[in-house]
Amino acid sequence: MKARAFDYARPASVAEALAAFAEADGDASYIAGGQSLVPALALRLQAPAWLIDIGHIAELRGIAVEAGWLRLGALTRHVDAHDHPLIAAHAPLLALAAPHVAHPAIRNRGTLGGSVALADPASEFPAMMLAMGAEMEIAGPEGIRRVPADAFFLDLYQTALEPGELLVALHIPVARPEHRCAFDEIARRRGDYALAGCGIILAMSGGVVEEARIALLSVGPTPLRAHAAEAALTGAALDADAIRHAQAALMDDLDPPDAPEVPAAMRCHLARVLLGRLLAQIAEAA
Amino acid sequence: MNAPLGSLDRPNSYIGRAVTRPNAKRLLAGRGRYVTDLVLPRMLHAAFLRSPYAHARIVSIDVEAARAMPGVRLVATGADLARLCTPWVGTLDHFKGMKSAPQLPLPVEEVLWSGQAVVAVVADSRAQAEDAAEAVLVEFEELPPVADIDTAREPDAARAAAGIEDNLCFRSRLDTGGIDALFAGAAHVVEEEFHFGRHTAVTLEPRAILADWDASEGKLTVHHATQTPYQFQDLYSRHYGISEASVRVIAPDLGGSFGMKLHVYHEDMAVVGLSLLCRRPVKYVADRMESFVSDIHARDHRVRARMAVDDDGTILAMDVDDVTAIGAFSTYPRTSAVEGNQVIRLMGAPYRFRNYRAELSVVFQNKVQTSQYRAVGHPVACAVTERLVDLAAARAGLDPAAMRERNLIPDDAYPCSSPTGYQFEALSHQASLVRLKALMDYDALRAEQAALRARGIHRGIGIASFVEISNPSPAFYGIGGARISAQDGATLSVTPSGEVRCLISVTEQGQGTETIIGQIVADQFGVAREKVRVITGDTEITPHGGATWACRGAGIGGETALQAARRLRDNVLALAATILQARPGDLDLRDGIVVDALSGAERVSLAEVARIAYFRSDTLPPDARAQLSITHHYAPQGYPFAFTNGIQGCHVELDADTGLVKVLKHWVVEDCGRIINPLLVDEQVRGGVVQGLGAAFFEECRYDDNGQLTNGSLADYLVPMACEMPDIVVGHIETPTADTALGAKGCGEAGTAAASAAALNAVNDAMAPLGASIAQIPMTPERLLKSLGKI
Ligand SMILES: Cc1cc2nc3c(=O)[nH]c(=O)nc-3n(C[C@H](O)[C@H](O)[C@H](O)COP(=O)(O)OP(=O)(O)OC[C@H]3O[C@@H](n4cnc5c(N)ncnc54)[C@H](O)[C@@H]3O)c2cc1C
Repeated sequence: MKARAFDYARPASVAEALAAFAEADGDASYIAGGQSLVPALALRLQAPAWLIDIGHIAELRGIAVEAGWLRLGALTRHVDAHDHPLIAAHAPLLALAAPHVAHPAIRNRGTLGGSVALADPASEFPAMMLAMGAEMEIAGPEGIRRVPADAFFLDLYQTALEPGELLVALHIPVARPEHRCAFDEIARRRGDYALAGCGIILAMSGGVVEEARIALLSVGPTPLRAHAAEAALTGAALDADAIRHAQAALMDDLDPPDAPEVPAAMRCHLARVLLGRLLAQIAEAA
Repeated sequence: MNAPLGSLDRPNSYIGRAVTRPNAKRLLAGRGRYVTDLVLPRMLHAAFLRSPYAHARIVSIDVEAARAMPGVRLVATGADLARLCTPWVGTLDHFKGMKSAPQLPLPVEEVLWSGQAVVAVVADSRAQAEDAAEAVLVEFEELPPVADIDTAREPDAARAAAGIEDNLCFRSRLDTGGIDALFAGAAHVVEEEFHFGRHTAVTLEPRAILADWDASEGKLTVHHATQTPYQFQDLYSRHYGISEASVRVIAPDLGGSFGMKLHVYHEDMAVVGLSLLCRRPVKYVADRMESFVSDIHARDHRVRARMAVDDDGTILAMDVDDVTAIGAFSTYPRTSAVEGNQVIRLMGAPYRFRNYRAELSVVFQNKVQTSQYRAVGHPVACAVTERLVDLAAARAGLDPAAMRERNLIPDDAYPCSSPTGYQFEALSHQASLVRLKALMDYDALRAEQAALRARGIHRGIGIASFVEISNPSPAFYGIGGARISAQDGATLSVTPSGEVRCLISVTEQGQGTETIIGQIVADQFGVAREKVRVITGDTEITPHGGATWACRGAGIGGETALQAARRLRDNVLALAATILQARPGDLDLRDGIVVDALSGAERVSLAEVARIAYFRSDTLPPDARAQLSITHHYAPQGYPFAFTNGIQGCHVELDADTGLVKVLKHWVVEDCGRIINPLLVDEQVRGGVVQGLGAAFFEECRYDDNGQLTNGSLADYLVPMACEMPDIVVGHIETPTADTALGAKGCGEAGTAAASAAALNAVNDAMAPLGASIAQIPMTPERLLKSLGKI
């Protein structure tokens, strides 16, 4: 299929982009890496009158550490999550997840901002924002605001972004020495959207879990935090019993959709298996 | 082994040599010419409005708004095209009692599957045509869809199409007799209900067609991404009432076909009519979404089967019931019953038992039509047979390899026939099994498996013997009344510089047909391969022939080339003898030089002979016959089919907690007779295995109860990808057919025939200690977790 005809704008700044969106009366889409938007246009699932290409806005670029936060410009590419030394050092969970996102050609173009703004519940990066406790920097007509990941993902493909707002940067608290993290997912083919995925950060002290952050993907309408499993782990020594308890508690966190190919029970089962394996992996490494 | 030897086995023969494909470099350099690449002056583009319903009556069609859209040249409905094109019916006479509703390019009264093209829009660009197609208003009245194979066969079931008295397209029964008594008296009876999902070809290049009606000459030229240009020349001619000689079909470069591009598609027939109506070239290229809902699908069988086995593990009999669902029509002109027919006839084919009973029901339903796709019927017959053999082995306390050793037809038993009536000239099941076990290091793998099981690692080993149908005679389609040729034709010419042009009716889809034809001609004529130019795929240039399907290119096309090259060589030697005042029998043509046959001494170059023939005929005696072009046809005689055989092994590791299976390695030993090019044979086998493993683990067209395809995109329909594919080891046994001088049989379907069966057995082998089993492909994580009792 061919996309419907559209007009194209290439603003040079965030202000220009916001203005372009307003001028289009909201009948516009921002385009970043285009790896999700272009297929949607080609399938005519979306047919905005305007495409506003944000790919040339310098304010949306850059990877830097400031005052305990890693700032990733929205245009940071998937491949940077895979390769960039600052990300490996300060947001290791992101680096662990990156190889599971699509394939190299897509990672070269796809942006972290695009992935988080789209908020596909099967995507790796949005869920990792939850696990890492990231904050989203958003620019709108009223200026800049910051929204924590826990308040960002609202429903299926719905985020705290209002129409026309731009995601400017992702701010991630830098990993601390006592952090142990792990990521894995279960996908039928390498690079596919997962049947279930899980990222974990545990703050460990002498074999005891002081703080746990667990986020899952592909198990509901949004990426989600496993609060019950986190609670089950917090304060516990990371042994086989604790892992079993966390797995049992995880069932309270999940209410996945039911589909013939992937029944709800299967998503729960896979999430549980994953959690168990990842916790065991951290326990073993400790 | 027992084939005529001689010149084919010369040490420097091209036949049997792993030469690379001359056309590969051109394609890699981006110089391929696919239909999509073609741009003709005044060319228009077609797009189609498609049915959102699996079954509905067309109440009204309003095209006014669409007609007024920018760039639109024509909006055509079923009624418009029905005035130009006669209907077609997808039956074959030798399938007794078969029925199917008549078909037209676009439907007039009812739509029969979700995605069926309903209205065509022709515009200056494809985007404009799509814009206008969205503006066509069709009012549908939904009818109950027929989606389930059991309810479809109930007497009061809704009909999948108007005008058919029931939903049974075709039924066939085979019975050698004695079945009930054998099952009653058998030491062991194993049985299973198997499910084979629908899948589809997913060629890299989608279907594409560019029809160009030239009203000034009354000539239709169709550039068509197809395997079979002659078949389509005939069909366009007859259904549009244009004389055959005025229809030219050109199959340019093709990006894969696998049988999918053999069939008549409604859009393709429509595009010819659209060009007639517009009097301009009209192009249509299916996009991927359209491919999923309009390319033929394949398989979709439910097979209930049982096997009776003696105390010592000797197979006594098989009893099979196959129900297959094909869509609302049978596909034209090859029908949708061939697959089922081959399923019930190939069951048990590698084994010695003599008693067999089968029933086949081919059922209409409101889904995309199914038809021939690589290894038609073979994977189903193979998986059912081989799984039952494994079950029987377990019951008889035999290792699966030992079970096969006991039951395979012995290599010295030929000629013989199968209980279903197939005649086997010479196969090599036992030798293949021995070779496979050696390649796999079977006993060591079993030992390793046992050791790993103790550590909770679940590996499985599966093997599957198979028989493949190749080199079909007219018994396949000709006797059924289809104008599909079983013969091939070639025209060979020596150019004035002493090179060779070979125009041949077999076609190239990427598998290397042109390469092997070039090898054969060069070898048998006596020139270097670089001196032979092979031209295929144009009905105005190449002689009429069956082209490429069902594994016939090498066996039949290759023999045609061989015989033609030998005839041309005789002509050259006769002329050289005249020039040299020698006897033709004393001369030979080697590497472009006419030599003294005994001493090898050079006498005259081919270029010199050609120069004299073309430019200095005045120097030749008046009765000299300078025939440096010949046309030759060859049709298979002798056995109706040249059967091939082989065996595959699959090694998997099952993650019993996630239901994911990793294929660790796959082995194939196959016997395609004489191997013309080992490189190409190995790649055919590997590609076939990948498609078989795709069917085993990934590929399935899933429908909901309303007949809607729920995974019709490459995001949701999973094809096998490199990361998931194992190393595939290929070994060969060569038993040439004595029916031809070349001795080649087919190899293109061997990989697909048994890969899914070997995988099914391997996964079941891995699950056996866990008390689980599966009899359905694809073996998805969901199905495996269910059978493991995990969900
Ligand atoms: C074959 C394939 C496989 C894939 N597999 C995976 C996978 O396994 N896991 C995965 O997570 N993803 C996968 N993707 C999606 C890919 O990662 C996308 O790149 C990503 O989801 C979107 O990033 P983008 O920069 O390409 O965004 P675009 O496609 O340009 O935009 C996506 C959406 O986000 C909006 N948007 C983009 N940037 C901003 C911004 N700064 N502010 C506000 N809105 C914005 C756009 O308007 C649009 O609605 C796959 C894609 C393909 C084609």
